[in-house]
Amino acid sequence: MSHEQFELLSNQAVVGCAVFYFAALLAHVAEWAAARTVPVAVPVGVGASGGGDDTEVVEESTAKRDRFARLGVIATVVAAGLHLLAVVTRGLAADPIRVPWGNMYEFTLTATCVVTIGYLLLYRKYSLTWLSPIVTGFVLVILMADALLLYDPVVRLPDALESPWLVIHVIAAIIATGAFTIGGMASALYLVKARWLDRSGEERPQRAGFRGAVAAMFRNYLARLPELTQLDRFAYRVHAFAFPIWTFAALIAGPIWAQAAWGRYWGWDPKEVWAFITWVVYAAYLHARATAGWKGRAAAIIAIIGLATLWFNFVGINFFFGANSQHSYA
Amino acid sequence: MSEGTDTTYGEDRNRAHEVAPLAPREFGRWAWRQLTSMRTALILLFLLALGAVPGSVVPQESVDSLAAARWRDQHETLAPIYEKLGLFSVYDSPWFSAIYILLMISLVGCILPRTKIYLTAMRARPPKTPRNLARLPEYRTFTTEADPEAVLDRARQVLSGYRVDRHEGSVAAERGYLREAGNLLFHVSVVIVLIGFAVGSLFGFRGGVIVVTGGTFANTVSQYDEFDPGTLFDAGGLTPFSFSVTDFDVTFATEGREAGMASDFSAALDYVATPGGETRSARIEVNHPLTIDGTKVFLIGHGYAPDITVRDADGEVVFSGPVVFLPEDTTFRSLGVIKVPDASPQQLGFRGEFYPTAGFSMETGPVTVFPEAKQPLLSLQVFVGDLGLDDGVPQSVYALDTDEMEPVKRADGRDFRVDLSLGELNFTGDPITDTVTLPDGLGSITFNGVEKFVKLQVSRDPVDWLALTGVSLALLGLLGSLFIRPRRVWVAARREQGRTVVEVAGLDRSSGGDLADEIEGLVAQLEDRAHMEDGR
Repeated sequence: MSHEQFELLSNQAVVGCAVFYFAALLAHVAEWAAARTVPVAVPVGVGASGGGDDTEVVEESTAKRDRFARLGVIATVVAAGLHLLAVVTRGLAADPIRVPWGNMYEFTLTATCVVTIGYLLLYRKYSLTWLSPIVTGFVLVILMADALLLYDPVVRLPDALESPWLVIHVIAAIIATGAFTIGGMASALYLVKARWLDRSGEERPQRAGFRGAVAAMFRNYLARLPELTQLDRFAYRVHAFAFPIWTFAALIAGPIWAQAAWGRYWGWDPKEVWAFITWVVYAAYLHARATAGWKGRAAAIIAIIGLATLWFNFVGINFFFGANSQHSYA
Repeated sequence: MSEGTDTTYGEDRNRAHEVAPLAPREFGRWAWRQLTSMRTALILLFLLALGAVPGSVVPQESVDSLAAARWRDQHETLAPIYEKLGLFSVYDSPWFSAIYILLMISLVGCILPRTKIYLTAMRARPPKTPRNLARLPEYRTFTTEADPEAVLDRARQVLSGYRVDRHEGSVAAERGYLREAGNLLFHVSVVIVLIGFAVGSLFGFRGGVIVVTGGTFANTVSQYDEFDPGTLFDAGGLTPFSFSVTDFDVTFATEGREAGMASDFSAALDYVATPGGETRSARIEVNHPLTIDGTKVFLIGHGYAPDITVRDADGEVVFSGPVVFLPEDTTFRSLGVIKVPDASPQQLGFRGEFYPTAGFSMETGPVTVFPEAKQPLLSLQVFVGDLGLDDGVPQSVYALDTDEMEPVKRADGRDFRVDLSLGELNFTGDPITDTVTLPDGLGSITFNGVEKFVKLQVSRDPVDWLALTGVSLALLGLLGSLFIRPRRVWVAARREQGRTVVEVAGLDRSSGGDLADEIEGLVAQLEDRAHMEDGR
């Protein structure tokens, strides 16, 4: 196949995987809509870290739900395969062939792929059914935005990127970004659930019709989220996995490459500044989790701030301060 | 002092009423405790993150001094305020330093006592089996026919990787002693990194120089265009090498969607490591610097230097040589100035653009259609008067000070422009030649050809390995502190009504462990073996 054909194939694979992500999202929404209303017991001991069973889960017939859940996961697996194909063919489309991490479009394409694959790998071990609608919806939206707003035709790499460190530095950054994103989702759900638990004692009028049905779906979803302690632990584990990788990408591989390419390890380039800020915020998250008074909710908020700085570094810096940055291509 | 100080201190103060309310020793102890608390460390971390932000928004003196100067010109009211706040050099500013020095002190204040505690804890035996195991977070119990002693012996075998103590009727085990070591290593390494940076910036230097192909460079301070030494850098300690740039190659893609993209930059250098030494050749490329005796030479940019000759009215050469024009964008439209102090009757100055491959339309005027110098065009404005070179104020070679100069006018009163090409470009009907005679008997200017220049960065960091070693150790420590899971496990077995009751309990001492699985596994193994024993 010629390079042009590979490029076409890559673009088609992106469209294909978007279709499957959409199908997966629909299946997961149906899964939560099919769930019967669970009577929620008044939470016992609602604390930031929430001890014991917060809600009483009533046994119900789950066959319909499980079928939708399985469909959703199968669609996600197909989507992930197409997604990976899109990434690989993107690299094959360049002449000479290269790793597909030369610009924002390619970086986003790969990072979203990492999010999906990470989610699928952890799905069984941590029973991530609750994360499915979030991951599929998120990846779908980001992928669409990527294709519509950031698309760039394949070109060869500029000289500055012709280095083995491209592979090392960027793959580490991409994996860390994907993992932080999954961790951030768990932290965000933690906050949503904690707030919901706080307010669940209040009496609220039952809404009727479609809005009522949507509200009921959200209620069911929130009720079936894992306990706060479990959400917190899952978030922590993913962050603990991502943090050393980010350390390596931003503070070891990056400086070594910068030394070879630009003659300095660290130059306070805007991209470097924000990578450092992200690192500091996640360091604060790890400390907060071990500090009385910061555990739970405060730590989750810090994790989300960290994720915001990470994405801002990727999107904001490129669009607003790109002219000054030596990282203008990424 | 605020009312919110902690209670123990408050009691001390009440007891010691006759002592001054702010007894220095007590205040010191209070301040130290506050500073080294985790809460303070967290706040300092946030301040550090926040403090780093302005440096990415405001152009930094040390990163891009040209951008910083431009910003100052554009914001006349804000610039002095920003200057006072140190916003043009955030990372050297007193307030930023204050944050990270406080953080360092906080860090050391955290490391020292923890190291002391760890040194004892490291050798400690697992704590004795608690009386009531059922109260621990993880607890299982089962009964078996096997002898209690045999069960405990097996537990001891199964708990490999644990530090195990055998007690009367029970086994106490603990593992994960290295977690705290990893934690301490990480924090010590952060200090090493900061020391590495500090030493490097004190004793190292970084310089930039532009060399036209064919030109030479000797490693002395005066030869640099910009030179940024560390505070304790000894200029006499510069490695006495010299080199000449013999050639510079760059390939521009000529077709397809990559057309105009530059690649495969490489510069050939002939260098002499020490005066009188042998000449060696080397090629440097982006990502492949040349190291001479610990000093590194990097290729970081390139551009064009048109070769110009200026003659006076009598035909005497008053200026000749290549002049560096700095590229403005990826099309290599470049800006530059030519200063001719020896011109007569008055000094001459030229300022204008260089187009490597020129195109022209009535709407846009001259433009670059391709970055390679295939059809070069120089378009210059001419000034006459005093260049201001004798004022004693150092001037940039890339800027023309026109305060004491007048633009040269044409007969119709419009500015006189000099357009020069190497061939006979012809855009508007007037052919553009390589020589133009200036009006009013000012002489003539000739465009002889185009040379290339390379922008090189020369730098030396005597301890660059220190910061990197520090970061690598930090990563190692980090992995240890995140993934080593310290936990305690106890197994107790006692005889009760003819059967052996086995109790297994565990305590996870990290914040992310899943002890339940491990205890299940341990129970399964004990039961399994116990059953095998039963069957025998």
